[in-house]
Amino acid sequence: MPLFYEKRQLVTPGDLLAEDNYIAGDNTYKDNGKIYASRIGLVDYEARKVHVVALKAFYVPSIEDTVIGKVVEVTTGGWIVDINAPYFAMLRASDVIDRPFKPQTSDLPSIFDVGDLIIAKIVAYDRTRDPLLTIHEPGLGKIMRGQLVEITPTKIPRVIGRKGSMVSMIKRETGCQITIGQNGLILISGKTPDDERLAVMALHKIEEESHISGLTDRVTEMLRKEKEGVEHT
Amino acid sequence: MTPPPIVVRVKQKRIAELVSSGKRLDGRGLTDYREIQVEAGVIERAEGSSRVRLGKTEVMVGIKIEIGTPFPDVPNEGVIIVNAELVPLASPTFEPGPPNENAVELARIVDRGIRESKAIELEKLCVEPGKNVFIVFIDVYVLNHDGNLIDASAMAALAALLNTKMFNYELKEGEIKIKPGYTPLPIRNYPIAVTFAKINGKLIVDPWLEEEQVMDARLTMTLDKDGKICAIQKGGYGYFTTQQILEAAKITREKTEELRKIVVKG
Amino acid sequence: MLNIPKRKTKKKRLKRPQKKPEKLIDKDDTRLDGRKLNELRPVKIEVGILGNADGSAYIEQGKNKILAAVYGPKEVHPRHLARPDRAVLRCRYHMAPFSVDERKSPAPSRREVELSKVIREALEPSIFVEYYPRTSIDVFIEVLQADGGTRCAGITAASLALADAGIPMRDLVVACAAGKVDGCLVLDLMDVEDKGGEADVPLALMPNLNAITLLQMDGSLTIEEFEKAINLALEGCKQLYTLQKEALKSKYVAVKEAVEE
Repeated sequence: MPLFYEKRQLVTPGDLLAEDNYIAGDNTYKDNGKIYASRIGLVDYEARKVHVVALKAFYVPSIEDTVIGKVVEVTTGGWIVDINAPYFAMLRASDVIDRPFKPQTSDLPSIFDVGDLIIAKIVAYDRTRDPLLTIHEPGLGKIMRGQLVEITPTKIPRVIGRKGSMVSMIKRETGCQITIGQNGLILISGKTPDDERLAVMALHKIEEESHISGLTDRVTEMLRKEKEGVEHT
Repeated sequence: MTPPPIVVRVKQKRIAELVSSGKRLDGRGLTDYREIQVEAGVIERAEGSSRVRLGKTEVMVGIKIEIGTPFPDVPNEGVIIVNAELVPLASPTFEPGPPNENAVELARIVDRGIRESKAIELEKLCVEPGKNVFIVFIDVYVLNHDGNLIDASAMAALAALLNTKMFNYELKEGEIKIKPGYTPLPIRNYPIAVTFAKINGKLIVDPWLEEEQVMDARLTMTLDKDGKICAIQKGGYGYFTTQQILEAAKITREKTEELRKIVVKG
Repeated sequence: MLNIPKRKTKKKRLKRPQKKPEKLIDKDDTRLDGRKLNELRPVKIEVGILGNADGSAYIEQGKNKILAAVYGPKEVHPRHLARPDRAVLRCRYHMAPFSVDERKSPAPSRREVELSKVIREALEPSIFVEYYPRTSIDVFIEVLQADGGTRCAGITAASLALADAGIPMRDLVVACAAGKVDGCLVLDLMDVEDKGGEADVPLALMPNLNAITLLQMDGSLTIEEFEKAINLALEGCKQLYTLQKEALKSKYVAVKEAVEE
């Protein structure tokens, strides 16, 4: 059975992962019956599917994803939002303003202006056009306060953890509100700057060590140690 | 830089299918050149000139000889300067302006062939060592682009050089004075370039414009009169295997003999 | 009397006294820097060293010091250069004015224009450009110090920068030159060997796919010598590929080792 690596081994682009009758999953590709890695990451085999959990990749929009973005331009029809992806996203004025809107009389910058941060959801995206956003759901809209952290989007699942275990733990230990954007942007809002700082440290640690098992324990321990240290000063 | 023109997909497929079965859209074999016409001495004002037609591709080369300072590390040698112009009238894809990367690459490939084969006897172009030497300006002018500008330009450059005459001169009291009569430019080698396109894994020689638009990679090899390689350039966004490269070298050896006969005779 | 028009060639300024070495290879087949004929120069590679670029890498190969950075995929500016079906790859190979003996003007020379093109064509086959229509991927190669073989080292670094940027690739691209110096076939020519030798053959390779993506040659070689030179360059590429992969993995490996202690 031609598998050339063990689970969770580090592979680089071009590494031959499998031969004969396997399915090419994420971050791999098939050429002449052989499956190769296309990004650096940890290889994993599941039944007849081979995929690589990428250690470094940029965000590619996906419909239904919740993202955090920065408004970079106000146009006559809406806003252009930077969602940290190869494409800018569009938020239409008609999505935000309930009554029929007239470009001449509506004051779009008063709703969202250049530099504002918003949480939105991707409702449409395909090869021929830029992603389309909506804020027409509870929990979406302009962000008024908090700190923004940026991590590699592929690590987001690790930040969430199995059934939300990791992020719940961080919320508990730091007392912060944490909003996660699938595009690698995370909003932290805590009672004190120190609390927020702890959460930021936790997130960076997850990003750096996501490929090593036992992460949840290590992060929990680090947070507890830091909190003890702070209490003693 | 304008994006490449869009080729009709059905035609792309047709060309690729034909190549797979060893044929081409215009009936040629995979290693056949289009009809070649070489005319020398077409511009009387220039010291040397030629016009080459390779199928419908048309390239003119003009040679101008001037006097200038030599390069400090070779004070006794003449200087070669090759420039290529993809003038806008030659193709809807050529835009006016300074030479773009294609023009620069074309000039440098032609230059390499001439320079590395030591085709011009540069030592004989010295007027006053360290001070004055002959500078040979080789200007490649593409008049119509129908594919394979490299081979056409290389042949035209060689034909023009063979046609080039330098004025006789005498050095009197540090001044260079022209005397009547001419001397042919001293040429001792005849570099010839052969360009391949790779389509569907097969190599074809002398790609025509539509084949170039469909190819994934291009390989040019320049050989001198003794069959030694003096320049190689791979182009295009695809790749070659070692076997393909060595196969191309073999085919090049045959083809350069054919082409050289046409250029050196004409 | 007619005057022949005088046209000056590019004036060269202060020429540093360069003793042209008599022999580049001595009778023990040792080169000027002590290497054997088929030996690579010492190589050092670091990945992810620039903060702003999406991906970056730095390589030292002998006296070469070269930095590569990647931005993208991102929206193309100017818009009319965008392609509807794939990303556009742009590449700029540039030498710093202080990188060579005689100060080089910062304006792009014709050589830099040609090298930018052939390097782009060397990297392009490795990138899945079809995945990101209407975007551009920009590759910048800056030669900080040059000593021969800069296009090859630049490609090796640029490929790592692309992988570091998380751009999906078919394989890493690695490059190395072979050539003929003092009648011998050698690997990885330094500047003095390139200038004084008989031939230089730079080559770039995607090793797992056996695909040669850059091939150039200048000088004079028989077809048989050329075949040997290609094989020598391929050998050099394979050795460099191992170093390339190690450099790419090293960040993650180091963290893993630190954690497991």
